Amino acid sequence: MLKALHSKKGVQLILGLIAGIIFGFLLQKGGVTKYSVILGQLLLRDFTVVKIMLSAVITGTLGIHLLRSLGLVQLHPKPGSFGASVIGGLIFGVGFATLGYCPGTIAGAVGQGSLDALVGGVVGILLGAGIFASLYPRLQKATLIKGDFGELTLPQLLKVNPWVVVIPVAILLAAILFLLQRAGL
Amino acid sequence: MEWLKLEQWSPYLVGIGIGILSWVTFLLSDKPIGCSTAFARTSGMIERIFRGAKVKEKPYYQKFAPTVDWEWMLVLGVVIGAFISSKLSGQFDFRWVPVVSGELDKTFVTAPYARIAVAFIGGILMGVGSRWAGGCTSGHGISGTLQMAVSSWLAAICFFIGGIISAMLIFRVFAG
Repeated sequence: MLKALHSKKGVQLILGLIAGIIFGFLLQKGGVTKYSVILGQLLLRDFTVVKIMLSAVITGTLGIHLLRSLGLVQLHPKPGSFGASVIGGLIFGVGFATLGYCPGTIAGAVGQGSLDALVGGVVGILLGAGIFASLYPRLQKATLIKGDFGELTLPQLLKVNPWVVVIPVAILLAAILFLLQRAGL
Repeated sequence: MEWLKLEQWSPYLVGIGIGILSWVTFLLSDKPIGCSTAFARTSGMIERIFRGAKVKEKPYYQKFAPTVDWEWMLVLGVVIGAFISSKLSGQFDFRWVPVVSGELDKTFVTAPYARIAVAFIGGILMGVGSRWAGGCTSGHGISGTLQMAVSSWLAAICFFIGGIISAMLIFRVFAG
């Protein structure tokens, strides 16, 4: 039944829009569409971003792996390599601190009326993505395939049942949240 | 329904909400939540206006076709959802510069032209970086890590290492 739903293009576009509206509503209510909250996190003064992300990952990973064990969903881990994930991640980080939004929260910032996000940030991201698309063939050979590990997951890497990773990671992340709260952050 | 008008919700509640939303998108759409690919597709669509159909021949756009897809609609939805949320709480406001205080209160944040220029440069870095890493704070940071993807844990940790070092250098060393 769900497979049939997944292949209905028009319905999927509407479902994407609805999921986006809920996501954007939550991001704005969480405060992470604000420049000061993002920079507060990167300056390690305000842990709202980490609290939201870790709560989402704990909830998400338990649910998704349960649904997967029940045969209801499939995982879609992104492929990666040291050249792509580490170098790209660090460039992203510099942009994160300069822009003060990320690709998801900037869409939310536009929705709340932040014109620096729309006129400066969105235009910059579109240009940056275009620059990357032009450089892609050369980067692919020079950097992106360096240390390639493909669509690997931690349970596959460790050759264990997914739950052997999921449960301890969920507990570890919950412990981090608990300690942050206790430290008054 | 007063809670819908609140300015801010508990971050834990918001995080749990996003986690549950990810169950729903996996179930109903077979998709993880992610945002940065939509920017790459849009960039391709804009380039097509200027350079015509041959844009589609670029190897990158053969991988990520410049068309409206599920994730593109998701990003559009984020704009609408944040608009509704900020309208309900009375926070919606057209602003050229972000509201800041303390050490963030610097000319390049509070002067409109300087802020737009800095946001533009930051945007370019983010556009390049997110496509280089193959995802963003949503696609890698939440959806990828919850799937226990190695690429996503590595990228998400690097987002924060790069971001924390840059923010500290910008606000506490250069502008401090």
